[in-house]
Amino acid sequence: MADSNMADRESTFKNALLSSDTDAAGKALDEYLADKTVLEFVEEVVVKVLDEIGDGWQKGEYALSQVYMSGRICEDLLEKVLPDKTVLRKDKPKIALALLNDYHALGKRIVYAVLRAGGYQLIDYGRVESEELVRKVKEDKIEILLISVLMLSSALNIKEIVKSLSHAENKVNIVVGGAPFRLDRKLWQEVRADAVGYTATDALHIVRTLEGDNSND
Amino acid sequence: MTKSKMTSLQRVLTTLGHKEPDRVPLFLLLTMHGAKELGMGIKEYFSKAENVVEGQVRLLNKYGHDCYFGFFYAPTEIQAWGGEVVFYDNGPANSGEPFINNIDQIKTLEPPVIADTPVLQEVLKTIRILHEKAAGEVPVLGVALSPFSVPVMQLGFEAYLDLIYNEPKLFDRLMAANEHFCVEWANAQLAAGAAAICYFDPVSSPTIIPRDLYLKTGFQVARRTIAKIKGPTATHMASGRCLPIIDDLAQTGTGAVGVSADEDLGILKQACRDKLTVIGNLNGLEMIHFSREETDRNVKNAIDAAAAGGGFILADNHGEIPCQVPDEVLLAISDAVRTHGNYPQ
Repeated sequence: MADSNMADRESTFKNALLSSDTDAAGKALDEYLADKTVLEFVEEVVVKVLDEIGDGWQKGEYALSQVYMSGRICEDLLEKVLPDKTVLRKDKPKIALALLNDYHALGKRIVYAVLRAGGYQLIDYGRVESEELVRKVKEDKIEILLISVLMLSSALNIKEIVKSLSHAENKVNIVVGGAPFRLDRKLWQEVRADAVGYTATDALHIVRTLEGDNSND
Repeated sequence: MTKSKMTSLQRVLTTLGHKEPDRVPLFLLLTMHGAKELGMGIKEYFSKAENVVEGQVRLLNKYGHDCYFGFFYAPTEIQAWGGEVVFYDNGPANSGEPFINNIDQIKTLEPPVIADTPVLQEVLKTIRILHEKAAGEVPVLGVALSPFSVPVMQLGFEAYLDLIYNEPKLFDRLMAANEHFCVEWANAQLAAGAAAICYFDPVSSPTIIPRDLYLKTGFQVARRTIAKIKGPTATHMASGRCLPIIDDLAQTGTGAVGVSADEDLGILKQACRDKLTVIGNLNGLEMIHFSREETDRNVKNAIDAAAAGGGFILADNHGEIPCQVPDEVLLAISDAVRTHGNYPQ
């Protein structure tokens, strides 16, 4: 019975996100919080539902606008219910997110929303050129760098960034994403990234894996 | 006219009429490769119509494909609207910082005048000269960005999605300005000698917005716009999917659709049969690393899946082949079409 209630709640929440119904999503959250915590909501519902929506986009079942709106709504909802962000949001490992060269920031925005909804603090460098990015990552001692691109030419520039950051004081794990990597599944290895994410929740899972690896160091 | 004597234009028109020509037409949608042919940087190459004409002529002579491509780069239209264009040495020019940084600007936005816009005049000059050189044998393709998709460069993607979802009046105002410009721009290219207009509309793809939203937005825009374009159009999804909206696309009045490498070409062809010509769908990014054998196999597979009965043009999936694709691969594609693409199959 409890499982069936849970499935209903998830389904209600997912449908609210897919139809960009902020009020319905908020109501689903309120009902959930009657007997669970915010972190349980994140783990048991938000990540799972966003995963399903991201996978659905990959399979052609959902649209990018739905992925974007879902991430935004989750981020906004959690902003409202997290009483003390410094306590509940993880600021370790140090994560930064950047849009390289291009001016098309949607993919980065979605990843930002999902990582925030997943409980991470991260630095958003916005749109940057390669040299500026390398400088900032070194200065901030970033441990996980997420790079979003739209154009192939930008993707190819990542190879130089990887090379430059190999001399950083600390190991920087570089995670890449964006259209060129989705269309050419070998490109991330060609640019020598550590990992590639095809959806925003891929990025979240990769960060969690890397976090585990780092904590074992 | 016998099939073996078809010109490129006859070949393309025959397949657009859903009949089998002498062989499968090939559109190598090459832009930046022209700069390479002339030994120029990409920015310099696109600064003068004469360069692009020379590049297109050399490319056609080299690869023997079936069109001239009068397209410079996607943000030519953004340049016309007063926006910034950023050039790269190793890729297509891209739009810079969106020139609409406050949605209230939409209330007073006026479309650019084509006659007053130097970059658009260079494109028209290119099409005029290519049309003369083609002498009725090779179609010259023009390009117009869909009024519904160009706002990604006008506002930025995120702000545009927010506009679609939350600001219906401003959305309508923006569409009105964009539709006016798109129709003028497409018709100017047709008047200059373009045989058809490629209507780039990736935001209408189900990859980007759900069908129910498309039917209220991009579909309505396309129907209004295409009805006013005085020549044939091909809608291109620029790598986006289109299978769930094939019947809707056919109702917009377009004659062909540029399809994604993410969808099954055979299924697409079945869905489009006798309604829309299928253009595609070799993966332009993977093409960079194709061996000769892979090229031959991929071309053959595409032809096997979609060529029967006509209504098919072999091309890349995105509408522009990356400059990193080697000449050898382009030559191998051209050879493979001549090996596997002859009718009857």
